[in-house]
Amino acid sequence: MIAILAFYLFATLTIASAIAVIFARNPVHSVLWLILAFFNAAGLMLLAGAEFIAMVLVIVYVGAVAVLFLFVVMMLDIDFAQLRSGFTRNLPFGILIAIVLLAEVIVAEAANNAAPVLAGRQVPEAKVPNIVALGQLLYSRYLFAFEIAGLILLVAMIGAIVLTHRRRADTRTPNASKQLRRTPGEAIKNLNPGVGEGMKL
Amino acid sequence: MITLGHYLFVAAVLFTIGVLGIFLNRRNVILMLMAIELILLAVNINLVAFSAFLGDLTGQVLAMFVLTVAAAEAAIGLAILVIFFRRRGSIAVDDVNRMHG
Repeated sequence: MIAILAFYLFATLTIASAIAVIFARNPVHSVLWLILAFFNAAGLMLLAGAEFIAMVLVIVYVGAVAVLFLFVVMMLDIDFAQLRSGFTRNLPFGILIAIVLLAEVIVAEAANNAAPVLAGRQVPEAKVPNIVALGQLLYSRYLFAFEIAGLILLVAMIGAIVLTHRRRADTRTPNASKQLRRTPGEAIKNLNPGVGEGMKL
Repeated sequence: MITLGHYLFVAAVLFTIGVLGIFLNRRNVILMLMAIELILLAVNINLVAFSAFLGDLTGQVLAMFVLTVAAAEAAIGLAILVIFFRRRGSIAVDDVNRMHG
């Protein structure tokens, strides 16, 4: 009973906050609604028994991606009211397309439910915890794909750094190797001026 | 009793909202990226639901890879957005075609 209630709560909140994401006037509010949507989707996944994916969703999306979005939205000085100019013009057509798409997807899923693929199939009870089973799978059958996923993240990291890094001409960063190459012989000069010649008054 | 169909319905609605978001916010790249995140979230819900109701963990492994690619896409997309803003002073998508050449 509680599981059913929780499912409907999470599902409703996910959909409501997703709608708020695309209709919010302020993009900062959009990001905050997006975070709420991710949390509720993580709740849905918890109910389905995928604990690891739910936790990774919260950590990666809320902890990294949403914060990145928030960072960019707040860092760039953008006139968002001007960007919304085509919003009402696109609204009727967009909603029409959305209704057609939703109807198609639901019809396709209803047809799939009627198919005997899942009918009468009993899911065996899990013997090991979700994380253990997932780890065993990741480090055996999907090891190669797992490594490639890491490589993709590395490429993304390097790409983001290369794209946004800019070398400024007016910085006064110390040149460490030049400093270390200095010797007392060339850095200090002994002038030994005569009496009364060392300074100008 | 919550069945696979319930999860699929939630994912379908989420996917549609994402597509609608891309349609409505045609000029705002940040909101378009957020709508893409919503679409990928819907895909992830689908994968996890199928994985749970089929008793096969492959779906969850795939959901993790989708998550990885989504994170990489968001990072690169926002980096491109930042350098585009530096160059042009706006993020309106209409201006992007001036970048050719």
